[in-house]
Amino acid sequence: MTLLIVILVLAAGTYGFRYAGVTLRDRLTLPPAVQRLLPIAAVTLLAALAATAALTDAGGAAGIARPAGVLVGVVLAGRKAPFVVVVVAAAATAAGLRLLGVP
Amino acid sequence: MRTAWRTLDPTVARNVVTIAAAALVVGLSFGAIAVASGLPAWAAITMSLLVFAGGSQFMAVGMLAAGNPFAAVLGGLLLNARHLPFGLAVADAVGRSRAERLVGSHLLIDESAAFAMAEESPAERRSVYWFTGGLLFLSWNTGTVLGVLLGSAAGDPATLGLDAAFPAGLLALILPSLRDPATRRAAIAGAALAVLATPFLPAGLPVLLALLGVVLALGVTS
Repeated sequence: MTLLIVILVLAAGTYGFRYAGVTLRDRLTLPPAVQRLLPIAAVTLLAALAATAALTDAGGAAGIARPAGVLVGVVLAGRKAPFVVVVVAAAATAAGLRLLGVP
Repeated sequence: MRTAWRTLDPTVARNVVTIAAAALVVGLSFGAIAVASGLPAWAAITMSLLVFAGGSQFMAVGMLAAGNPFAAVLGGLLLNARHLPFGLAVADAVGRSRAERLVGSHLLIDESAAFAMAEESPAERRSVYWFTGGLLFLSWNTGTVLGVLLGSAAGDPATLGLDAAFPAGLLALILPSLRDPATRRAAIAGAALAVLATPFLPAGLPVLLALLGVVLALGVTS
């Protein structure tokens, strides 16, 4: 019973955040300066998400293999490598380093 | 909604399929880990269908296994609060009708937001948003069911380096936006703030703190 409630409350709250964002966009009359900031804020959130996912793990440092893999991916992306290559190279680098015993 | 696929670029579609394949494998490990930590199969599958946010699901499973259902809910919600600003940013891609918003909101994840924002034209943003959200919903839930069935045979996605694949994919998607100096300043400041705050704040808050980076970097006070 507790389990079902946990799932339903988490699901409802998460959906609430999503729906609120999507519908508030029209209801709020945002000043032009804030409207210009929205895409910048969204990119900043994605950058923060990627940076924390790349560098941290459970509140501590993420080790070496994962950041190294992400770095390889970013360098390739900077050189206009196709997206698939970026993602596969990042994963392969991290997996390869771990195979060699790098944390 | 059906007409939206017409504007979908084949290269973009292939990129989305790459991430969907990775999400399937991570979903697989979610299903396996959930069952291994004592969750019944129905709970893992229901969670993937209704919550559809990987990070918070892994956290909830961990907290439930530790016997802390309150932390499972609060931690998960804190982690998912970022969907509100993402929703503000991609509302136009979701659509205007009530049905589109009710269904489309559920497909709002980091990947659908990132892929949609990487597109310029409204039509492309729209088709990419729905394609990414829909395909990842399918792959995440398929992965979860397979993981529940396979159990411990599913393995660890870190062995495949998938923990590096997702940040790399997100960064590749936002890289073009970072050519704009104001966006670049804000993103670097926000990412630095979030990483530095991670050891001190509960999961989810550091990423939200990054919004302060926008204010700091651009000097907007009003």
